[in-house]
Amino acid sequence: MTTVPSTVTVVRPGAAGAARRVRRSLTSRTASAVAIVIAVLWTTPTFGLFLSSLRPEDQIKGTGWWTFFSAPELTLENYREVLFSTSSSSGQMAGFLINSIVITVPSVLFPLAFAAFAAYALAWVPFRGRNWVYIGIFALQVVPLQMALVPLLSFFSEGVSVFGVQITPAWELEGPARFAQVWFAHTCFALPLGVFLLHNFMSELPGELMEAARVDGATHGVIFRRLVLPLVVPALATFGIFQFLWVWNDLLVGLIFAGGTSETAPMTVRLAQMAGTKGNEWQRLTAGAFVSVTVPLIVFLSMQRYFVRGLLAGSVKG
Amino acid sequence: MSLLSRPARAALVAGGMGLALVVTGCGSATPGTSTANGGAAADCAPFAQFGKHDGKKVSIYSPIRDVEADLFQQAWAPFEKCTGMKITYEGTGEFEAQIQVRSDGGNPPDLAFFPQPGLLERFARAGKIKSAPAEVKKLAERNWSPDWVKYGTVDGAFYAAPLGASVKSFVWYSPGMFKEKGWSVPTTWDELMKLSETIAAAGIKPWCAGIESGEATGWPATDWIEDVLLRELGPEGYDDWVAHEIPFNDPKVVAAVDKVGAILKNDKFVNGGYGPVKSIATTAFQEGGVPITEGRCALHRQASFYANFWPEGTEVAEDGDVFAFYLPGNDPAEKPVLGAGEFVAAFADRPEVQAVQAYLATGDFANARMKLATYVSANKGVDIANAQNPIDELSIKMLQDPDTVFRFDGSDLMPAAVGAGTFWKGMTDWINGKDTKTVLDFVESSWPTS
Repeated sequence: MTTVPSTVTVVRPGAAGAARRVRRSLTSRTASAVAIVIAVLWTTPTFGLFLSSLRPEDQIKGTGWWTFFSAPELTLENYREVLFSTSSSSGQMAGFLINSIVITVPSVLFPLAFAAFAAYALAWVPFRGRNWVYIGIFALQVVPLQMALVPLLSFFSEGVSVFGVQITPAWELEGPARFAQVWFAHTCFALPLGVFLLHNFMSELPGELMEAARVDGATHGVIFRRLVLPLVVPALATFGIFQFLWVWNDLLVGLIFAGGTSETAPMTVRLAQMAGTKGNEWQRLTAGAFVSVTVPLIVFLSMQRYFVRGLLAGSVKG
Repeated sequence: MSLLSRPARAALVAGGMGLALVVTGCGSATPGTSTANGGAAADCAPFAQFGKHDGKKVSIYSPIRDVEADLFQQAWAPFEKCTGMKITYEGTGEFEAQIQVRSDGGNPPDLAFFPQPGLLERFARAGKIKSAPAEVKKLAERNWSPDWVKYGTVDGAFYAAPLGASVKSFVWYSPGMFKEKGWSVPTTWDELMKLSETIAAAGIKPWCAGIESGEATGWPATDWIEDVLLRELGPEGYDDWVAHEIPFNDPKVVAAVDKVGAILKNDKFVNGGYGPVKSIATTAFQEGGVPITEGRCALHRQASFYANFWPEGTEVAEDGDVFAFYLPGNDPAEKPVLGAGEFVAAFADRPEVQAVQAYLATGDFANARMKLATYVSANKGVDIANAQNPIDELSIKMLQDPDTVFRFDGSDLMPAAVGAGTFWKGMTDWINGKDTKTVLDFVESSWPTS
């Protein structure tokens, strides 16, 4: 089974020469210099934010971060306040960090699983009207999720009734059970893109592979698990990272379906409240932003390899 | 090595989670424990009238968050304990949009603190909120002036009792600077203008202002206009203007805006400590008055809550570093007050919700809240001795004075397209150099037709 991937990559003769040319021009000295300049320019604001988060409150409010170089003074006070302060007014971000993780992990795994199944069925299980189903799912991507907020919210709180006949009951979730609403919402909103992305990737797999497996007596379940899944790992990883970053940074869905209490609200909601009622406590925002950025940074750096490879999923034939 | 480091990392993460859970546990327990110091059963007598609601839950949704939210929770903790109910409080920065979504989605809170009577009115007309029970109505009529009760009433039905308040008709100044230079607090508009001239002649730009406030940039300037309009048109005329019975570009409104322009658009008078007129538009409202403490500006018109924005260590008192006087009108005998506040509206009519509603309308709650930290309420049951600082005391005195005519911040009463949109934007353009007539024509043309 491990030899299978090598049969998939078929390199067209003309493409190799072009690729080599591009590669050569991108590795020249000037290109490297330009890349370094861009990297520095792009990193400066983040660096400034980081430096700001370590400065004392009155300095953050009074002067720019660059004054640090003439009068260096650093403190971890902002981080202490933001992460571990016991007053609900400032921080407690540690608790919201857990909420964010609890929201994010299932909200990535559910769509990943469902999309993989759906994409396989749409790509390799022949049934009538499957192209129409695929087009329908593809078209759903056009619908902005903001349009679905109120209907989905009433789906949870009142259930669905048509002409007075109750079809689904109200969920009536309270407290930590409301996490389920957020998972559900994120899964719904992620599926169209997920199915589209994975379907494109899966349909590129050579048909001979499936036929050979079928001849050997493999069922769809076996083909999916032992053939297709190992082959689409880069696409799964890409979609996983996309979805992770989206859910982690999401404020809207979290705010509406999880609410703003410390029981269920994700970190983004907390971050939005942290500046205070009249916006006068904004020195906390720098530290808060850095706390919230660490986790995606870790995820991204550790899965970067898949990310770059998978970005091309569905866009490049070959 | 990597095999070893992996479990170690996992342990670290797990440890971190445990710690975090402990922290949240502590956090939610604090309000309960911090109030337990007073003793138990004996203290529950005042709450007996609200009944027992063991195990019941009431949710509150509000634009107030952060420190003020903590203080609210602390203030009603004894009530929670004695009635046996649990109040879940949720503060948000997106109240106006969120309350609509939650109510449309069938997931409204039990109680909401509306900062805008205009929004309250819309919810009442749409039949989303419940009219207040008779008991709450009685309390509100006893504790608040008719002006306030009117803002909680829609089409003759009483919906929401007021809660907190802030007074906007204040001019901040430095008592020390005034004493040193021999200036005195003006009691009429003419005296105010004369004082401005005197200060300008002394080489200080008399006024400083800042109207930058993110998406809401411009609101401090609209407060200025409203304050002066209230004095120029009188309370009834002001109501007509708010209700759009007087057009926005009416000559009387133009005259009032120009009256403000004589200060805010006069390079001789502004912007103390910051620069020319246009610097008003780029100065954050939180920092608008700070030059007063540096002696680079003498006067700053801003609401009572500006007391929180002075640099640390600034003493707010009549003989301290900064204090405020009433923004005078033409006639010293008439003192209309411009202000703002919240109203407690109910989306549910369960007995425990009505109990909370009634408790929040009592003087007891306002006093409990005031004892904790700075707070102003127009509630007549408030004991002025509980005021935490001189500016709160002055505000409460003004609000409790039976002769005071109170008017709500007009931009909170107008349709959102104007009150939270073109009016702000128009005033920002106005500061940036557009003339009064053009700006007011623009605001007038944006008024929703239906």
